[in-house]
Amino acid sequence: MNTIHVRFKLAYPGFSLDVDLDIPGIGVTVLFGHSGSGKTTLLRCVAGLQPVAEGELVVNGEVWQDATTTLPTHRRPIGYVFQEASLFAHLDIRRNLEYGLRRVPEARRRVGLKQAIDLLGIGHLLDRMPDRLSGGERQRVGIARALAVSPEILLMDEPLAALDLARKQEILPYLERLHDDLEIPVLYVSHSPDEVARLADHLVVMEQGRVVASGGLTETLARLDLPIRLGEDAGVVLDGEVVEIDANWHLARVRVGSGQADSHPGGPVSLWVRDSGHPVGHRARVRILARDVSLALDRHDDSSILNTLSATVVEVADDTHPALSLVRLDVGGAPLVARLTRRSVCGLDLLPGKLIWVQIKAVALIG
Amino acid sequence: MSPSDLGAIWLTLKLASVTTALLLLIGTPIAWWLARTPSFWKGPVGAVVALPIVLPPTVIGFYLLVVMGPNGPVGHFTQSLGLGVLPFTFAGLVVASVFYSLPFVVQPLQNAFEAIGERPLEVAATLRASPLDTFFSVVLPLARPGYLTATVLGFAHTVGEFGVVLMIGGNIPDETRVVSVQIYDHVEAMEYAQAHWLAAGMVAFSFLVLLALYTLNPSGRRR
Repeated sequence: MNTIHVRFKLAYPGFSLDVDLDIPGIGVTVLFGHSGSGKTTLLRCVAGLQPVAEGELVVNGEVWQDATTTLPTHRRPIGYVFQEASLFAHLDIRRNLEYGLRRVPEARRRVGLKQAIDLLGIGHLLDRMPDRLSGGERQRVGIARALAVSPEILLMDEPLAALDLARKQEILPYLERLHDDLEIPVLYVSHSPDEVARLADHLVVMEQGRVVASGGLTETLARLDLPIRLGEDAGVVLDGEVVEIDANWHLARVRVGSGQADSHPGGPVSLWVRDSGHPVGHRARVRILARDVSLALDRHDDSSILNTLSATVVEVADDTHPALSLVRLDVGGAPLVARLTRRSVCGLDLLPGKLIWVQIKAVALIG
Repeated sequence: MSPSDLGAIWLTLKLASVTTALLLLIGTPIAWWLARTPSFWKGPVGAVVALPIVLPPTVIGFYLLVVMGPNGPVGHFTQSLGLGVLPFTFAGLVVASVFYSLPFVVQPLQNAFEAIGERPLEVAATLRASPLDTFFSVVLPLARPGYLTATVLGFAHTVGEFGVVLMIGGNIPDETRVVSVQIYDHVEAMEYAQAHWLAAGMVAFSFLVLLALYTLNPSGRRR
């Protein structure tokens, strides 16, 4: 039941979209790709804003579109956040927020107006007109307005793309709260690796109107057959939990990986990161770039590297440069990707199944 | 001012009001269609709507006279309904004025609709508003400056017509004799004083209307 089945076929001169995809009906799914990859078109198809002759859309068991019926946009229980906030210029913020809410029958309201206002921190803006707001504030209102219709799915089309870096940093925490506080599945279009790393649970990678990969974030980022560059480099993102604070050295220990940790020869997998003030028990996400991972046959406790873990080689693949290889490792159920020279791969005789020590130079805590 | 002058003023205001009201009703769907259609017919229809801007009023009046006259297709139709023929009646004048002032209402509305763009309509749809709901709750308020312009121009242009009236309405007191025709009559009869009163009144009226338009509706204020 809790899946969203999406199948759309669309072609016009110079562009075609051909997508057949199942995505989870919970959590944040990021549609990731370059501009022109069709991710926004796909989102518009889901919203019913893009007419498609051939398509099928089933959201958590409800048919929104198939061969015989197509729900018009205003009958789909969606919330949509556009790239530019697109607030109604003739209505103040309060009436912008109420516009959708008033059109939802009371029995179907699950998100209160107050809840949406509080979640996005816009209580002080209600009596202003949209042109008196900053870009970041406008976009927060846009998100709250979409939430106030109690959507069954929230569609977000690069909501941060039109904002500068400071405004992005202003909004990202609100999006993370959304993710943590509401049980509304989100379909989020982005070409920003940073947003993917921070927000995604599920990642769909698109290229030229096709889906080239779809899967859990950690799993998909660790695939060597399509190393998806998050920023300048390949790398993985792991979900974990802060389990210990070392106040003396200003470090925090984050436990990552799946429950198979006990069977791991090195014990439960945990990583030391700089303490960013999160308490014990905080759900944390860490990013480890392939270039920051090096491998050794023996354990070295005499180096400056803090995080040394034992791992199993899963797969070795060529990187883009002929001198380099990518090595996928399993660390107590958590995947890691390391970039090594081919010479090192040969020298260490790295083959799938080999046990090895992993030294991680840098771990970034990303919320 | 003579009773016939006052009658002409009253008739002119009545004609302009009725015409403007009808034009807003008729012009809205035409302008909406012109603003949004990707159809090939957008060009031809737009050109037909704009014709009265360039054609001499006598040409419009002439064809309307032929079409609505006893032997014209519309004339046949109105006669079969027992309404008689439209030329030389107030109703005929309204019909003629609607044609004559159509572009002055349609074009400001079309511009206003085009300026709104697609996005607010999409936003409204994602907020559960049906297309009709969207039109009244989003399009109309956003197009308000366009409606103000259309109303003022439609009204003022109808007040200012002369050639069409003469062709289709003639010069029947309290029926088709509007101010512009009354002025013409005064000048013909060498009654320059009376002509002055009405002519100066028209100048003042037109100036005030345009002044109101330009002060109430400053362009470029909205993004």
